[in-house]
Amino acid sequence: MSRRNRTRAVRTAQYGVLVLLVVAVALAADWSELRRAFFDAEVAREQFPDVVTTALVNTVVYTVLGFVFGLALGLLLALMRLSPVPPYRWLAVAYIEFFRGVPALLVFIALGFGVPLAFQVSINQYVTVMLALGLVGAAYMAETIRAGIQAVPKGQTEAARSLGMSSSRAMVSIVIPQAFRIVLPPLANELILLTKDSSLVYLLGLSMDQYELAKFGRDALNQHRSLTPILIAGLFYLAITLPLGHLVRRLEARAARAR
Amino acid sequence: MGTPHAQRETHTGAATAIEVAGLHKSFGESEVLRGIDLTVRSGEVVCVIGPSGSGKSTLLRCVNLLEEPTSGTVRVAGTEVTDPDVDIDRVRRRIGMVFQSFNLFPHLTALGNLTIAQRRVLGRGKAEAEDVARRNLRRVGLTDKEGSYPAQLSGGQQQRVAIARALSMGPDLMLFDEPTSALDPELVGDVLAVMRRLADEGMTMLVVTHEMSFAREVADRVVFMDGGTVVEEGPAEQVVAAPRHPRTRAFLSRVLDPAAADVLEAPSPAQGTPPEERAAN
Repeated sequence: MSRRNRTRAVRTAQYGVLVLLVVAVALAADWSELRRAFFDAEVAREQFPDVVTTALVNTVVYTVLGFVFGLALGLLLALMRLSPVPPYRWLAVAYIEFFRGVPALLVFIALGFGVPLAFQVSINQYVTVMLALGLVGAAYMAETIRAGIQAVPKGQTEAARSLGMSSSRAMVSIVIPQAFRIVLPPLANELILLTKDSSLVYLLGLSMDQYELAKFGRDALNQHRSLTPILIAGLFYLAITLPLGHLVRRLEARAARAR
Repeated sequence: MGTPHAQRETHTGAATAIEVAGLHKSFGESEVLRGIDLTVRSGEVVCVIGPSGSGKSTLLRCVNLLEEPTSGTVRVAGTEVTDPDVDIDRVRRRIGMVFQSFNLFPHLTALGNLTIAQRRVLGRGKAEAEDVARRNLRRVGLTDKEGSYPAQLSGGQQQRVAIARALSMGPDLMLFDEPTSALDPELVGDVLAVMRRLADEGMTMLVVTHEMSFAREVADRVVFMDGGTVVEEGPAEQVVAAPRHPRTRAFLSRVLDPAAADVLEAPSPAQGTPPEERAAN
């Protein structure tokens, strides 16, 4: 067999296996049951408008709050990580390793129950959400931003310093703006991950008007004994994350062109 | 110390701009500078030539403390920059530096590159900073490029913006670190023409360069370095055209195009110097 024929045969076999798998799943599944569970028009109608006005809005608000706080904290951690002062570096490394290594789920539970215990105060729920999502996101963003800062050529700092800028001024005016350009695609990726992580904030204990998409969907699932709300919640997540993914690809393409 | 050879009359008695004494610099095990003494007077143009690895760039970078000397002293306009108590940021405002790889800020326009340090370091207002910036863009012949980002400019244009950026701080002296080495040959002439005009205006310049015709025509003095020491220094015509030291002679004969071997008799261009440069003069 020539090499071209062999390639063709292998590919045909691969497609064949794929088609067989799809057919097998399609035949084995009970479609009428599935349709009843996932595509109940009555239940679907009942989700509106609350799924948009409450759940979608809350998901977006929680994510943005967590992202903004996480970005600020992540930048601080990145600068500490690169600091010439050893204790700053140790602190940053310890923080990053801890929050990257522990499941977000545990962080949320610990915050939800631990903070009120420790300080005997009831904090605004939005603040708790911002802290929880931001604390976890910051650990990832810190490493991304650090890589971005290190990717800015050394000559940029030298040029800035030779113009009389202090090292902190050079960092703020020259290095950080360029670093953020470099890390824009991975940061947008982080925003997608955070959007999905926001489904964990129910662990903090929320009232109904504070439900986000996932909690809202599960609540409706229990109420209607139907999986339709879960499908709807999933679609709304995609409505957020797919455009963001598209944005990431465009940013990456732009970065590739600029290089 | 430093300059045993005769200065030009015009510089005799002029204030000292740069005074380097007993400068040593090591990177780990390797000693790059082995005791450099060098004086540059106000208004003087000094070119430093020598093979790569001879420590020319390191010497230049020690003057504004981009490299910390291992030992020895560097004085700029009377201020000892190697003194740990000196505010180096303040001294650097007075020292313009031009790099081989331009190092323009890619996220800022040409105008932004020229104004950011004026505003953030000198505290000038927006209008004044832009005024100074435009004046300096005109000096380097790039008035129409103020809105361009570095990526939209040719190498020669970028280097001229970099010179204008340094000039916008109103420096007392300028350091040039192989300013034309990263340029395509046909773009070298424009940059050299700007530097020549700067020299004519009386700017104090310390230039590390491989452009022998520039050194010969523009420099008041030429310093030949090899192996981390100053091997020979003196008036440009003497060092470039009639070097005394065998190492200088060997270096120059390697650098100068054999086809232009008559360089010793007539001011013809060094190797790689484009016809544009001569046209620009």
